[in-house]
Amino acid sequence: MVKVEFLGPIGKAPMEMEASTLADVSAQLKEDTSLIQWLDKCAVALNDTMVNDLETVLKDGDRISILPPVCGG
Amino acid sequence: MELYNGPLDTKEIFGRWLDEQAESNYGAYIPFVGTIRAEDGIEALSFDIYEPVLQKWFDAWQEKAAALGAVVKMAHSIGDVPVHTSSYISAVFSPKRRVALELIDEFVEDFKANAPIWKYDVKNGERIYAADRSTPMYGAGLLG
Repeated sequence: MVKVEFLGPIGKAPMEMEASTLADVSAQLKEDTSLIQWLDKCAVALNDTMVNDLETVLKDGDRISILPPVCGG
Repeated sequence: MELYNGPLDTKEIFGRWLDEQAESNYGAYIPFVGTIRAEDGIEALSFDIYEPVLQKWFDAWQEKAAALGAVVKMAHSIGDVPVHTSSYISAVFSPKRRVALELIDEFVEDFKANAPIWKYDVKNGERIYAADRSTPMYGAGLLG
Protein backbone atom coordinates (compact mmCIF):
# COMPACT_ATOMS: atom_id res chain seq x y z
CA MET A 1 0.00 0.00 0.00
CA VAL A 2 1.10 3.56 -0.69
CA LYS A 3 -0.36 6.72 0.78
CA VAL A 4 -1.36 9.70 -1.36
CA GLU A 5 -1.73 13.08 0.33
CA PHE A 6 -3.21 16.22 -1.20
CA LEU A 7 -1.56 19.50 -0.18
CA GLY A 8 -2.70 23.10 0.13
CA PRO A 9 -6.02 24.09 -1.42
CA ILE A 10 -6.99 20.65 -2.79
CA GLY A 11 -8.63 19.97 0.57
CA LYS A 12 -9.00 16.21 0.18
CA ALA A 13 -8.35 13.53 2.79
CA PRO A 14 -5.33 11.22 2.17
CA MET A 15 -5.95 8.00 0.20
CA GLU A 16 -4.30 4.59 0.48
CA MET A 17 -3.96 2.36 -2.58
CA GLU A 18 -2.11 -0.55 -4.14
CA ALA A 19 0.34 0.76 -6.76
CA SER A 20 3.66 -0.43 -8.14
CA THR A 21 4.49 2.71 -10.15
CA LEU A 22 3.34 6.33 -10.31
CA ALA A 23 1.46 5.40 -13.48
CA ASP A 24 -0.73 3.13 -11.34
CA VAL A 25 -1.37 6.03 -8.96
CA SER A 26 -2.26 8.28 -11.90
CA ALA A 27 -4.77 5.76 -13.24
CA GLN A 28 -6.52 5.48 -9.88
CA LEU A 29 -6.58 9.22 -9.21
CA LYS A 30 -8.08 9.87 -12.64
CA GLU A 31 -11.13 7.86 -11.56
CA ASP A 32 -11.85 10.45 -8.84
CA THR A 33 -13.94 13.23 -10.38
CA SER A 34 -13.05 15.65 -7.58
CA LEU A 35 -9.44 15.61 -8.82
CA ILE A 36 -10.07 16.30 -12.51
CA GLN A 37 -9.44 20.02 -12.14
CA TRP A 38 -6.16 19.44 -10.27
CA LEU A 39 -4.11 16.63 -11.82
CA ASP A 40 -2.96 18.52 -14.93
CA LYS A 41 -1.58 21.33 -12.76
CA CYS A 42 -0.05 19.42 -9.86
CA ALA A 43 3.55 18.40 -9.24
CA VAL A 44 4.44 15.22 -7.34
CA ALA A 45 6.80 14.36 -4.49
CA LEU A 46 7.73 10.83 -3.41
CA ASN A 47 8.73 10.67 0.26
CA ASP A 48 9.33 14.46 0.10
CA THR A 49 11.56 14.38 -3.00
CA MET A 50 10.15 15.88 -6.21
CA VAL A 51 9.74 13.29 -8.99
CA ASN A 52 9.15 13.61 -12.71
CA ASP A 53 8.84 10.07 -14.12
CA LEU A 54 5.62 8.05 -14.30
CA GLU A 55 7.63 4.81 -14.29
CA THR A 56 9.05 5.57 -10.85
CA VAL A 57 8.80 2.30 -8.91
CA LEU A 58 6.93 2.40 -5.60
CA LYS A 59 7.34 0.23 -2.53
CA ASP A 60 5.08 -0.57 0.39
CA GLY A 61 4.74 2.41 2.73
CA ASP A 62 5.75 5.07 0.20
CA ARG A 63 4.17 8.48 0.63
CA ILE A 64 3.16 10.46 -2.45
CA SER A 65 2.37 14.18 -2.15
CA ILE A 66 0.29 16.06 -4.71
CA LEU A 67 1.39 19.71 -4.89
CA PRO A 68 -0.96 22.21 -6.59
CA PRO A 69 0.22 25.52 -8.16
CA VAL A 70 2.18 27.66 -5.72
CA CYS A 71 2.47 31.33 -4.86
CA GLY A 72 4.77 32.14 -1.98
CA GLY A 73 5.74 35.57 -0.77
CA MET B 1 15.20 29.04 6.92
CA GLU B 2 12.75 30.41 9.46
CA LEU B 3 8.97 29.95 9.52
CA TYR B 4 6.65 31.97 11.76
CA ASN B 5 2.95 31.99 12.50
CA GLY B 6 1.60 35.38 11.36
CA PRO B 7 3.50 38.46 10.15
CA LEU B 8 7.29 38.66 10.25
CA ASP B 9 9.23 40.91 12.62
CA THR B 10 11.38 42.08 9.72
CA LYS B 11 13.65 44.43 11.70
CA GLU B 12 14.48 41.78 14.29
CA ILE B 13 15.22 39.14 11.66
CA PHE B 14 17.29 41.35 9.36
CA GLY B 15 19.16 42.77 12.35
CA ARG B 16 19.91 39.32 13.71
CA TRP B 17 21.12 38.05 10.30
CA LEU B 18 23.38 41.10 10.05
CA ASP B 19 24.76 40.50 13.55
CA GLU B 20 25.35 36.79 12.82
CA GLN B 21 27.51 37.65 9.80
CA ALA B 22 29.20 40.72 11.30
CA GLU B 23 32.61 39.04 11.41
CA SER B 24 32.24 36.92 8.23
CA ASN B 25 33.96 39.43 5.95
CA TYR B 26 31.09 39.66 3.46
CA GLY B 27 31.21 42.91 1.50
CA ALA B 28 27.55 42.84 0.42
CA TYR B 29 24.25 42.19 2.23
CA ILE B 30 21.13 42.50 0.08
CA PRO B 31 17.76 42.11 1.81
CA PHE B 32 14.39 41.64 0.09
CA VAL B 33 11.09 42.36 1.84
CA GLY B 34 7.70 41.23 0.56
CA THR B 35 4.88 43.35 1.99
CA ILE B 36 1.15 42.59 1.69
CA ARG B 37 -0.50 45.30 -0.41
CA ALA B 38 -4.06 46.47 0.17
CA GLU B 39 -5.83 45.57 -3.08
CA ASP B 40 -9.07 43.92 -4.22
CA GLY B 41 -10.63 44.43 -0.81
CA ILE B 42 -8.46 41.89 1.00
CA GLU B 43 -7.91 42.04 4.75
CA ALA B 44 -4.93 39.75 4.72
CA LEU B 45 -3.19 37.01 2.81
CA SER B 46 -2.93 33.55 4.29
CA PHE B 47 -0.36 30.82 3.62
CA ASP B 48 -0.02 27.04 3.81
CA ILE B 49 3.51 25.61 3.62
CA TYR B 50 4.75 22.07 3.03
CA GLU B 51 7.91 22.29 5.08
CA PRO B 52 9.75 19.04 4.12
CA VAL B 53 9.89 19.95 0.41
CA LEU B 54 10.51 23.64 1.16
CA GLN B 55 13.50 22.68 3.32
CA LYS B 56 14.98 20.59 0.49
CA TRP B 57 14.44 23.42 -1.99
CA PHE B 58 16.16 25.83 0.38
CA ASP B 59 19.03 23.41 1.11
CA ALA B 60 19.72 23.18 -2.64
CA TRP B 61 19.88 26.98 -2.81
CA GLN B 62 22.26 27.12 0.13
CA GLU B 63 24.58 24.73 -1.73
CA LYS B 64 24.33 26.80 -4.89
CA ALA B 65 25.13 29.99 -2.94
CA ALA B 66 28.00 28.33 -1.05
CA ALA B 67 29.62 27.39 -4.37
CA LEU B 68 29.75 31.14 -5.10
CA GLY B 69 31.07 31.99 -1.64
CA ALA B 70 27.65 33.40 -0.67
CA VAL B 71 24.92 32.73 1.90
CA VAL B 72 21.14 32.86 1.30
CA LYS B 73 18.60 33.45 4.06
CA MET B 74 14.83 33.41 4.14
CA ALA B 75 11.89 33.69 6.50
CA HIS B 76 8.21 33.13 5.67
CA SER B 77 4.86 33.33 7.40
CA ILE B 78 2.31 30.58 7.97
CA GLY B 79 -1.37 31.50 8.37
CA ASP B 80 -2.86 34.98 8.15
CA VAL B 81 -0.73 38.07 7.43
CA PRO B 82 -2.60 41.42 7.47
CA VAL B 83 -2.13 44.06 4.77
CA HIS B 84 0.87 46.35 5.22
CA THR B 85 2.83 43.70 7.10
CA SER B 86 5.39 41.26 5.72
CA SER B 87 5.05 37.57 4.89
CA TYR B 88 8.37 36.90 3.17
CA ILE B 89 11.88 38.18 3.55
CA SER B 90 15.12 36.91 2.14
CA ALA B 91 18.71 38.08 1.89
CA VAL B 92 22.02 37.24 0.32
CA PHE B 93 25.47 37.81 1.78
CA SER B 94 28.45 37.64 -0.56
CA PRO B 95 32.05 38.81 -0.65
CA LYS B 96 31.28 41.31 -3.44
CA ARG B 97 28.05 42.97 -4.59
CA ARG B 98 27.66 41.46 -8.08
CA VAL B 99 27.14 37.89 -6.85
CA ALA B 100 24.61 39.04 -4.25
CA LEU B 101 22.67 41.20 -6.72
CA GLU B 102 22.36 38.35 -9.21
CA LEU B 103 21.60 35.69 -6.59
CA ILE B 104 18.81 37.64 -4.89
CA ASP B 105 17.11 38.00 -8.28
CA GLU B 106 17.37 34.28 -9.13
CA PHE B 107 16.56 33.18 -5.59
CA VAL B 108 13.38 35.27 -5.26
CA GLU B 109 12.13 34.32 -8.74
CA ASP B 110 12.73 30.60 -8.17
CA PHE B 111 11.06 30.96 -4.78
CA LYS B 112 7.93 32.31 -6.46
CA ALA B 113 7.91 29.46 -8.99
CA ASN B 114 8.93 26.42 -6.95
CA ALA B 115 8.64 26.90 -3.18
CA PRO B 116 5.74 24.72 -1.93
CA ILE B 117 3.66 27.55 -0.47
CA TRP B 118 -0.03 28.19 -1.16
CA LYS B 119 -1.55 31.65 -0.95
CA TYR B 120 -5.11 32.61 -0.08
CA ASP B 121 -6.86 35.98 -0.11
CA VAL B 122 -8.72 36.69 3.12
CA LYS B 123 -11.99 38.55 2.51
CA ASN B 124 -14.73 38.85 5.13
CA GLY B 125 -12.85 36.27 7.16
CA GLU B 126 -12.97 33.70 4.34
CA ARG B 127 -9.85 32.11 2.78
CA ILE B 128 -9.95 32.05 -1.04
CA TYR B 129 -7.15 30.21 -2.91
CA ALA B 130 -5.25 32.64 -5.17
CA ALA B 131 -5.53 30.29 -8.15
CA ASP B 132 -5.01 32.94 -10.84
CA ARG B 133 -1.71 34.12 -9.29
CA SER B 134 -0.34 30.64 -8.66
CA THR B 135 2.21 28.81 -10.81
CA PRO B 136 2.42 25.06 -11.46
CA MET B 137 5.68 23.72 -9.99
CA TYR B 138 8.43 22.15 -12.08
CA GLY B 139 7.18 18.79 -13.39
CA ALA B 140 3.50 19.62 -12.93
CA GLY B 141 0.96 17.51 -14.81
CA LEU B 142 2.80 14.21 -14.32
CA LEU B 143 -0.31 12.40 -13.13
CA GLY B 144 -2.79 14.21 -15.38
